[in-house]
Amino acid sequence: MIEVKDLHVTFGTNHVVRGVDMTVSEGECFGLVGESGCGKSTVLGAIAGRVKRWQGSISAAEADLRPERRTLAQLRLQQMVFQDPFGSLHPRHTIGRALSEPLEIHGIPDREARIEQALDRVGLPRRFRFRYPHQLSGGQRQRVAIARALILEPKVLLLDEPTSALDVSIQAEILNLLKDLRQQQGLTYVLVSHDMAVVTHLSDRIAVMQDGTFVEVAPRAAMISGDLAHPYTRMLREGSLGYRPTEKEAL
Amino acid sequence: MAHEPLLSVRNLTVEFPSLHRIRPAVSSVSFDLGREKVGIIGESGSGKSTCGRAIMRLHPGRTRITADRMAFMGQDLLTLPERQMRAIRGHRIAMILQDPKYSLNPVMTVGEQIAETVILHERLPRRAARIRAMEMLEKVHIRDPERVMRLYPHEVSGGMGQRVMISMMLIAKPALIIADEPTSALDVSVRQQVLAILDELVTGSDMGLLFISHDLNLVRSFCDRVLIMYAGRVVEEIAAADLDRAQHPYTRGLLEALPSLTQPKDRLAVLQRDPAWGA
Amino acid sequence: MTTTPKLRAWLLTEDFTSARHARAHQAYLSWLRFSSNPLAFGGLAVVVLLALIAALAPWVAIYDPFAQDFSRALQSPSAAHWFGTDELGRDVYSRLVWGARTTLYIAILVTVIVGPIGFVIGATAGYLGGWVDTVLMRVTDIFLAFPSLVLALAFSAALGPGIENAVIAIALTIWPPVARLVRAETLTFRQSDFVVAAELQGASTPRILFRYIVPLCAPSVIIRLTLNMASIILTAAGLGFLGLGAQPPMPEWGAMAAQGRQYLLDAWWLTAVPGIAILIVSLAFNLLGDGLRDILDPKHGS
Repeated sequence: MIEVKDLHVTFGTNHVVRGVDMTVSEGECFGLVGESGCGKSTVLGAIAGRVKRWQGSISAAEADLRPERRTLAQLRLQQMVFQDPFGSLHPRHTIGRALSEPLEIHGIPDREARIEQALDRVGLPRRFRFRYPHQLSGGQRQRVAIARALILEPKVLLLDEPTSALDVSIQAEILNLLKDLRQQQGLTYVLVSHDMAVVTHLSDRIAVMQDGTFVEVAPRAAMISGDLAHPYTRMLREGSLGYRPTEKEAL
Repeated sequence: MAHEPLLSVRNLTVEFPSLHRIRPAVSSVSFDLGREKVGIIGESGSGKSTCGRAIMRLHPGRTRITADRMAFMGQDLLTLPERQMRAIRGHRIAMILQDPKYSLNPVMTVGEQIAETVILHERLPRRAARIRAMEMLEKVHIRDPERVMRLYPHEVSGGMGQRVMISMMLIAKPALIIADEPTSALDVSVRQQVLAILDELVTGSDMGLLFISHDLNLVRSFCDRVLIMYAGRVVEEIAAADLDRAQHPYTRGLLEALPSLTQPKDRLAVLQRDPAWGA
Repeated sequence: MTTTPKLRAWLLTEDFTSARHARAHQAYLSWLRFSSNPLAFGGLAVVVLLALIAALAPWVAIYDPFAQDFSRALQSPSAAHWFGTDELGRDVYSRLVWGARTTLYIAILVTVIVGPIGFVIGATAGYLGGWVDTVLMRVTDIFLAFPSLVLALAFSAALGPGIENAVIAIALTIWPPVARLVRAETLTFRQSDFVVAAELQGASTPRILFRYIVPLCAPSVIIRLTLNMASIILTAAGLGFLGLGAQPPMPEWGAMAAQGRQYLLDAWWLTAVPGIAILIVSLAFNLLGDGLRDILDPKHGS
C-alpha cells in the first residue's frame, strides 16, 4: 500500500530523517515509535504531504508521489489525524462545516447524508454537527477529527500521536474506535506515538526510530514478549513499563 | 509510624468562584504524608494539581481554601501569615513543575540562578556560592557541571533542565517536595534518570515526596502509596504494590483502560462513569 | 431587556437542533458578555445615538443648516438656539446634527475601503510568505514611514479639497497597520493543524485564505477598525480644520471648529461645541472597540 525508499528529510542544516525504508501492506497497521526529535512525525508528514521537501521515493497505492504537488485523488487516498484535538479543528467552524469542507473540495454529492453517516461511525450523536469545537470534550473532538479524515473514504489513515493529549479512559475509547474502524473498513494505518504500549496495542509491526533511522522493525509478538534485538528498543520497552530502581547504576 | 506525619491534611476543600456559581475543584481530601513517596493519580480536571497548589497556597486571591487541618511539621499552613508562608515555600516545601523551561529565568545562566539561590538561602559569598552550585549539580548527576553552569535555560535539554530545577530546590534542604507531573515532558530514557535522582534524594535525605501524575504505571512502580482522585475527591488510597487489587470501580476502570505491553488485550475496557463517585 | 424564561433556556442550551439555533446561542452569549460591561455599553449607546441622529437629521435639526441670518449672527446659546449661532447666523445645533452625517459618512466609507484592502494584502503576505510577503510588506512599510496626518495632507492636497478626496487620503494612511495586523494573525494560524488538515484535503489557497484565515482574523480587525474610527474622525476633522476636507458651506465638525477659531474669545461655543462632539464620539468608538475586544478576541478570556 505504502512504500518508502531511502527517505531523507533535511530542515536547514538539520538532517532529520536519514534514509528510511518501509513497506506497509494493505490492511496493516504499521507503528512508528521513538523519543521526541527522532524524526517519526517527519516521516509521517512526508507520506501525508505535509512535509514538502524530501529526497527518496514514496509511493502509495502503486502511484509515485512527488514532494511538491499532489493531485486531489492522491490526497484523498490518505488522510491524517493530528495529536492535538484542540488545534486540529477550526474554532469558528461548526462540526457540520468541518465535515462538509472536504466533501465540497472534492465535489462529492449527498453531503448531508454523508455527514450524518460519518458522525454515526465515530459514535457521536447527529445533532453534534451544529456545535462548535469548544463545546466538545477532547475525546469528542478527536472523534470529529477521525470522522473528518474518514469522510473522504481514504484507504490509509495517518495517525500522529492520536491519543497522547487524552486521558487514559478517553484514550481507551479512541483506541477501540480506531481498532473497530480498521476492521470494518479494511483501512491501512500508519501510527506514530511515543507510547510503546499504545503502538503495540494497535500495530502489527513496530518500527523503532532513533536519530532519523530505524534501529529495529519488530513484530507485535516480539514487542510483547520482549524478544528484541536492539538495546535501544529494549531500553524504551523497559522504560514504558514504569520505574526500575535498578537503573541507578546506569547513571 | 508513631511520630507526627510530615504533612497532615484533613477535609481539604478548594473552591473557585466563577461567574455563575462556586465550583469546588477539590472537596474533602484527607491524607497524611510521612517521609515517603506518595502519588496522586487522576485524570485532567480531577483536582490533583489543585491539591498540590493548595498546600503551597499558590492560588489566585478569590479562591477559597478550607480544611479542618492542613499541618506541615506541626505548623498550620492555613492560618500562617503570608510572610512566614513565603519562608516555607521553596525553603521547607519545594515544588517541581512539568516544564522546567517556564520555571527558569531565560536571561540568566543556569549557574547564576543556582548561585543566586545559594546566596539567598545560605548567605554565602559569591565565590563560595559558585562552588556550592557546582556541588549541587554533581549531586543530580550532571557530568560536566562546569560547562552546564555557563548555559542558558534554552540551551539545556528537558531532562537537564529538570535536573537543574531539582538541584535548585535541594539547596534549601526542603523536608517535602511536591512534584507536579515532573517527568511528563521528558523522554523515556531521561525520565528514568530524573526519577532515580528523586528516589535517591527521598530515601537518602529523609524527605517526603508528593508525586502528582496521570501515569498509572509510573506511579505504581515509583511510589510507596497512591491516592486516586476523581472529580475532586480521593476515591481510594492504596499501597502502590497492591494497586492491582484495588477495590474502587474507578481505579479498576483506569487500570483496565490502560493498554499494557505485558498483558495485551484485544479491546480495552471502557470506563463507565458513575456520578455517585464524585458525590 | 426582558427575555421570557423559555426563550432564554432555548438560547442558553448547548443541545442545538439547527444551525440557526447554534448561531442564536453564540449571539446571545456575546450579548450577555457585552452588556455586562457598562463602559462598552455606553460607547455603543453613543454610537447608536449618533447613527440615529445622522439618519434622522432633517427631523432632529430645528433649522436649515445652510440658512443664513445676519441679524442673528454670533448669538450665545439660548432656548431658541441651543448651541448659539455662528458668524453667518446659522444655527450651530442644526449644523452639528447635519455634521454627524458627514462624520459618519467619512468614517464608514474609510472603513469599508480599508477593511478588504488590509485583509487581502495582509492575509496573502502572511499565508504565502516568501517574495510575495517581502514585496507587500515593503510597500506597507513605505506607507507606514510617513506620519499619517502628513500623508493624508499630502494626498488630499494633491487630489484637491473635497470630502471624497479626504476619504481616499485617510484610507491610504489607515490600511497599512490593518494589513500588518492581518499578516501577524495569519502567521500564527498558518502552521496550525486545522490549516494543515485543509491543505491535506486539497483545499486551494483562496479557499484557505477566505474560509479559514479571514474568519479568524476578523475579530481583531473589527476591533482595530472600531478603535480606528476615532482616529479617522480626528483626521477628517483635522483635514476639515485645515480646509482640505469638507468645503463650506457643508457642515463638518472639524471645519466648524476651524471657522469658529477667529471668534474664539467672543463666541467660545463655535469651537467648543463641535470639539466636544468630536471628543465624545471618538471616546465612544474607543470604548466600543474595547468592549468588542472582550467578546470577540479569543485571547482575552474564554
